[in-house]
Amino acid sequence: MLSSATKLEGYVRSDGRKGIRNCVVVAYLVECAHHVAREIAESFKGEPVHLIGFGGCYPNAYADRMMNRLCTHPNVGAALLLSLGCESFNRHKLAENIATTGRPVHTIVIQQTGGTKKSIDAGVDWIRQALKETAQVPRAPLKVNELVVGTICGGSDATSGISANPAVGRAFDLLVQEGAAAIFEETGEMIGLGDVMASRAVTPELGHELRLSVDKAAYYYRQMGHASFAPGNAEGGLTTIEEKSIGAYCKSGDSPISGLIKPGDIPRKGGLYLLDVVPDGAPRFGFPNINDNAEIAELIACGSHVILFTTGRGSVVGSAISPVIKVCANPETYDRMRDDMDVNAGKILRLEASVDEVGEEIYQKLLDVASGVQSCSESLGHQEFVLTYKSFEPIGPHCLPA
Amino acid sequence: MKKQPTSRKLLRIHKDDNVLIVVNTVQPGDKDLVEDREIVFTQRIAIGHKVAARMIRRGEKLYKCGVPIGSAKEDILAGAHIHLHNLQSDYIETYTLDKDRVYAK
Repeated sequence: MLSSATKLEGYVRSDGRKGIRNCVVVAYLVECAHHVAREIAESFKGEPVHLIGFGGCYPNAYADRMMNRLCTHPNVGAALLLSLGCESFNRHKLAENIATTGRPVHTIVIQQTGGTKKSIDAGVDWIRQALKETAQVPRAPLKVNELVVGTICGGSDATSGISANPAVGRAFDLLVQEGAAAIFEETGEMIGLGDVMASRAVTPELGHELRLSVDKAAYYYRQMGHASFAPGNAEGGLTTIEEKSIGAYCKSGDSPISGLIKPGDIPRKGGLYLLDVVPDGAPRFGFPNINDNAEIAELIACGSHVILFTTGRGSVVGSAISPVIKVCANPETYDRMRDDMDVNAGKILRLEASVDEVGEEIYQKLLDVASGVQSCSESLGHQEFVLTYKSFEPIGPHCLPA
Repeated sequence: MKKQPTSRKLLRIHKDDNVLIVVNTVQPGDKDLVEDREIVFTQRIAIGHKVAARMIRRGEKLYKCGVPIGSAKEDILAGAHIHLHNLQSDYIETYTLDKDRVYAK
């Protein structure tokens, strides 16, 4: 098999999962604490200190679950929580949950600490100590079957669907073969493909759930009046949402679909999973995901150690917590933006490499990044993060067949 | 993806497809083979865009990667550019910026 030469080591966490990174997150629990959190994180430029947070003052079960999952992600070694003091977010429960995992955690309440300056100083002091503690986290060999990998496309053009996405599909096939968990998402971009997808489910009942998730997405976007389709998509040659859907869909590869999950559900075994990112119930908070980073955060909350991000027009984003690997679909974009691109899938369009060859290249790149090599967006300092209001019902009994 | 025996500009992704993908930007006057018949392009068509693999009738479904991507709004000649003007979604209207940069259907 491919790449057995790449030796992986993970940071061992108390729940048995292993991280490929060991960062300290600084998490603001309302927008009012954002500035203080940012100032603290920015004092550690070049060190593994990542800023995340939730801006809303009103409580939201989804945001709560996301923050809990993110702060206890295997790539996270410690967490500093920043509270203004009067927001609704349940900071006590979050800190308690993080502490239960054995991770260092500390909460700074700005109103109690004496304002901006004192809170920043207290935060910087705490992080300095936390970095020393996280450096002591034991490491152990990590197998490919312990990895969770997510994929997303952004800044798509019509090349995305014919080069980078099929190549990621091939990398996904290799990952699933090796026993890893591979997650694809954006049911809003699979409108028109419910039946095709249902036919790949490991059980008919799961197939039905997959079809329902696409129907739900179609309904939701109809209520919004817009499909997930930006003007740049049309300039790039995509005409309809179905056409864009095929592009998103073929990132899933050819493996059977083992389950349907929602944000924060962590696959407990290998296989291919669809992440349903469209909220349940009547549309309440606007578009399901306001941008690519909102989706990346959800893939990470499902345990993704690494994100494979395909782009045709040329997205530059990365993420807090888990590295993002850019697979560039369009050879012209690659030539123009190569500092941001990890893999040039545009070679397929220039008839210089096959989909299989680029798929193997992506797989190898993923192992390199899992072994500690920085991805392009990571080394450029990209750590975007977005979390907004949403609402979900728990997944049904047929979504994760035994 | 197999080698393209007849064309360096157009790629057929799936055997059931009735659209071909432009992989090298096409200029007016360029010639290429579509279904073994030579056609002459009358306009620039950028990478990633689609052309008809054969004559397509109004209302017919268009297939890419073997999956339907919408229906023809009008008859489309073999080799013609396929985009917002002649292809519509069967699910939801496509919005985009028109030539005056106004958000439009």
